[in-house]
Formats: sequence, structure tokens, C-alpha cells
Amino acid sequence: EPLVSPSRKPKTKRAKRFLERREPKLTENTKNAMLIKGGNANLTVTEVLKDILLLFPFFSPFSPLRKNITRPFEDQTSLEFFSKKSDCSLFLFGSHNKKRPNNLIIGRMFDYHVLDMIELGIENFVSLKDVKNNKCPEGTKPMLIFAGDMFELNEEYRRLKNLLIDFFRGPTVPSIRLAGLEHVLHFTALDGKIYMRSYKVLLKKSGCKIPRIELEDIGPSLDLVMRRTHLASDDLYKLSLKQPKALKPKKKKNISHDVFGTTYGRIHMQKQDLSKLQTRKLKGLKKRPTEKSAQDGGTSPKKPKSA
Amino acid sequence: AAAVRVEELLAAAAAAAPGEREGPRSVSVEKELELEFDLGNLLALDPNPPPAAGLRGAGPRREAALRALARDNAQLLVAQLWALPAERAGGAAGPLVASLPEPSCRLPREKPPPKPRPPTRWEQFARLKGIRRRKRTSLVWDEQAKEWRRRWGYRRAGGDPARSWLLEVPAGADPEEDQFAKKRQEKRERVARNEFNRLRNLARAHRASTAIPAPPLHPTGHQSREELGLAARVARVSTASLGRFQPRLPKEPVELPPRGRCSKKRRFEPVLGDLAAERGRQLELLKAMNSKKPALDITRAVNKQLREEDAEAAAAKGKKQKQRGKRGRRQQQRPARGGRKSGARRQQRPAGGNVTGGKRK
Repeated sequence: EPLVSPSRKPKTKRAKRFLERREPKLTENTKNAMLIKGGNANLTVTEVLKDILLLFPFFSPFSPLRKNITRPFEDQTSLEFFSKKSDCSLFLFGSHNKKRPNNLIIGRMFDYHVLDMIELGIENFVSLKDVKNNKCPEGTKPMLIFAGDMFELNEEYRRLKNLLIDFFRGPTVPSIRLAGLEHVLHFTALDGKIYMRSYKVLLKKSGCKIPRIELEDIGPSLDLVMRRTHLASDDLYKLSLKQPKALKPKKKKNISHDVFGTTYGRIHMQKQDLSKLQTRKLKGLKKRPTEKSAQDGGTSPKKPKSA
Repeated sequence: AAAVRVEELLAAAAAAAPGEREGPRSVSVEKELELEFDLGNLLALDPNPPPAAGLRGAGPRREAALRALARDNAQLLVAQLWALPAERAGGAAGPLVASLPEPSCRLPREKPPPKPRPPTRWEQFARLKGIRRRKRTSLVWDEQAKEWRRRWGYRRAGGDPARSWLLEVPAGADPEEDQFAKKRQEKRERVARNEFNRLRNLARAHRASTAIPAPPLHPTGHQSREELGLAARVARVSTASLGRFQPRLPKEPVELPPRGRCSKKRRFEPVLGDLAAERGRQLELLKAMNSKKPALDITRAVNKQLREEDAEAAAAKGKKQKQRGKRGRRQQQRPARGGRKSGARRQQRPAGGNVTGGKRK
């Protein structure tokens, strides 16, 4: 443990567990997000934040009732303070003013300092309440689909895509129940706008094993416009991507795979005397006594064969 | 009639493509560019530009177009997921569970990876010696209680050491000594030493983590002969008396007194020294004062001046020659004979020229 004064050290096991959860680890915890209402947040923005909270319970709210008068793009200290207090590395900040109506700032932290921040304007919003049908249970891991070549070509869009994946992917699981794939989040980039749609998946019968997919719109659906961005510098981003060496899978020597998926292994053996090799015993190939004597020079003892 | 109907049905069935049927039940999707999948994140990336035609106008048409696009992409993603190795969890009737691969999309970490703490002194020693940790059993057989008890802690094997009511006095010990107090003292010392070592290890780790990288210094053994000589000289002079009373090593050379600006101390002859030398000096002085020779030898002064001027000219010529090269040198030599300076000098000569003569280059 680092050198801490006795007054700051945890005195209970619970406090110790709490601190252990927050310290840097090899495999990290699922990222938590804080949803913050900024100064002058209007109904639309509040509804967006509430809807996201309803669908994704791993977002911990940061007092959705209170308004925090901060400007993330000017001063990041209060955001970083909140992040440190609540141990959240993602944030969603909603605000509204005349210059930037229905503003949503989506961002993430690295080591409790702001890494990336992208400001999005909400043009069109359809809430969960407005779409009347059965929703999928909260906390289902959504399937994420990004459509559009802008997500590949433009640097800012690429970063936004990365951010959105980070936001919505949820906990990393080793296996998943195939029938439970109910939620799809679909992002389309077209004409400078990003359309976010959320669908419920209906698996229908088809002729083969793979089911036929039908989608049902459940909401929320957002039409977003990219406004300002505050992206991390390349080296800071590279630093944040760095994974510790211990996580890399250990390479097994002498094993290789080919294109078709066949695994090849290499075995090293000593030199074999092929003449003494034991092959299948076929009666016809058995050495006759005469042949044997011819080979050995008549020294081998001959046992008379009893029938 | 029934047979015909059966035939018709079969024909209809055969007419439809075997395997995947087109229409509302198909699972095949046509795409220009293949999608990229990251199944660990349940992620699909469609690099195709979206069909702008359907998505232009606002309203339900756009929603329908978006939904169709989403449906196609989702179908492809689901096809990939269904292709994963799946098994039935919890027996034959359980749900079908697919094992996901590792997520391939590189996402930044939340916090920087933890730094491994430096090994403690014991760990270093153990690594050096090759001592490995022996796995100890958690339970020990207690002969007295005839059962398996823990190695240490509540109800340990061998009884509670605090409750020991009998302690033998060892052979060479003082019979008046309090053995219980001694045992308690030893335990206190052990605990204190352990705590001390633990804090020392922490301090070492802390120091190692916050150490400022030192500038590369040359430790002893890597200095040249000159550097060593300089170091020795500086060390000699770094005494209160500036090295005047420093004893020298047997082979150390005697240094000359500093010349020029360094020699601040004036040197005087001893008061009662060489009487003959003093007499000689005084007579010389009287001779010089009586003679009618001028103090400043003009010829010598003029010659000195000329020599200086020549040297300057030669230096300047050398520089110019370097700049111009071979050709310059050849060109320079011709007018040099009848140059300005030599002419000027010839005019000056008559002032002191009678004495020296005329031979001057």
C-alpha cells in the first residue's frame, strides 16, 4: 500500500474494500458514467438523461435533480472532482442556452482527468414514453452497429465511435445467452448528422438455424449534430490505450495455426532406428526361419515351431 | 386430383431455392462492403455509405429506411453470433449460451496500469539464492487434542501461547529472572522489528517510485589522465593556505609558480643577500644615468614597428589567398612588388634610414 498517514488509512474491512475497488488494477472494473445536468438544462435534455438512466443501469446518476453550473469546455476541474468522488470515468453533461440549444457533452476520463469530450446537439428526440410498446429489460447488453463511411474516414467521427462504444457496451462477459440478445443500438452517420436509434430484436423462425431478425423501435431515438470537440492528444491517447504486459496471452511455443484453422504442433524427437521400428504384425511378412538364418549368418538359435 | 395437388406442392417447393428461401423468411443480406465485427463487444461496423435516397426526407419514411438498414446490419451480426461455438448451459433443456471471444476493439483504460512494487530485501535474497515458497498446509495435527487444528489463530494447534502457565528455566539462566516477562519482551521486540522492516520496505519502494533520475556521472575509474591531474591540482589548491603547505607525493612534479595575471605576489630579494650582485647593479644604474645615449632606441623601435606591420600584412594576405585559391595567389604576387605599402615605407625610411641602410624587402 502507498505511504499514507495513519489517519487516512482504512480502519474497517469495508473501507479497505472500497479503496481497493478504486485503485488501478490489471483488469479494470466496468466503467461507470455520471449523468450531470448543467446550468439551464431544459426538458429535452433532462428527458434524454433520464431515459438513458432507465435503459442502462450501470450509469450512476449524479443527482439528476440538482443543477451544476459548470462549463466543461472552459473549466474541467469540477468534472474531475466529481469523477474522483464517484469513481466514474464516463460522463454525460446536458445543458441548454441560446447559442447551443439542447446540448449534450459526452466524455471520458483517464486517471480522473478529462481524456475526450465531444459536444453534440440534439435536433430531434423521441423519448421512451412516446413510443408505446414493450421494452426490453434494463441492463441487457446491447448490440452496437455503426453504419456510414464517415465513421471510418473522419478522425472526430472515429473518436466519437470509440467513445460511444465505450459508453454503451456495458460489462464484458465471456459468454452470452443467444435468446437474450434483445437490444440493438444503431448509429447512422449521414450528411453531418448522427442518427441514434434503439430497437428491440424479435427472433423469427427461418428455414435454417440462424433466426430471421425483425426490429421494433422502442426509443429513445436521437438526431445528433457534432458541435465542439476536445479530443486527447495522440500521445495521451496512446498512453491510455496501453495495456499491461501481464494481460497479453502467453504464447505457446511450437504451436502454429494455418489459414483454415488447423492447429499444427511441432514435436522434437531423437533419431529413430527405422529398422527396429515396430509396424503392424502381418503374418505373411513374418520372417521365415530360413530367411532369418540367412540374415544372421546362422548364429541365431532356431526354435522348432509347435503347431 | 390429390396426386396432382401433391405434385403441384412439390413443384412449388422445388421452385423455391433450397436452403434459404427469398422473401420474408430469408436470412441473407446483400452488402457492397463486408461488415467488420467485434463479437466480444457485440459490435458491427458497416463501412457502406448509407442509402441517402431513403433518408433524406424527415418523418416516417426516414424511420422506415433507418429501420431497414438496421435490420440488415443486425441480421448479419446475429448470423455471426449464431456461428459462435455454443452449448446448452445447465443440461439439455437449458438456454443456448455462446462463448464470446475477447473484445478486439481497443478502448482506453480507466486508470493507468498498476506499477509493480519493487521486491523487498527478502524477496531479492530469495531470488538470488533460489529459495521458493513452500506451500504450507492450513491445518496441523494436534497430538494433544487428537484433531486437526489450524496452524495459527483461534484454537491453534499447540494451545494458546498467552495461556502458557508453565515455563521452564533454561540451564544457563539466572533463577531469579522472570521468564514470562522475558517471553513477552521477546515477542514485543519481534513485532517491533517486523514492523520496522515493513516500514523500511515501504520507504524503499516509495523512494524508488519518486526518485528523480540522476544525471549520468562518471564514477571513479572512468576518468582520463588529464582529468585526474586536474582533480589532484584542484584538490591541492583547495586548502586554506591555497596549497602552499601541502606535502607532495614522491613522484609528483613541482609546479611552477603561476605567471602573468595569476602572480599577484611580488617577489623581493632578501635584505642582506648577495652584496657583490647588489654592488654590480648599483654601478650599472650609475653608468646608465651618466651615459648620453637616448633611453629609447629609435632604430629598434622603428624596426619593431615595421616587423609588426609586415606580420599583419602577411596574415591578411594569407587569408585573401585562401579565399581566392591558386589563381588569387598568382595574381596577388604581381602587383605586390609595386604595392602601396612598400612605397609608403620607402618614403618613411629616410628618417632612420641612414643607420640601417636601405635593404628592406
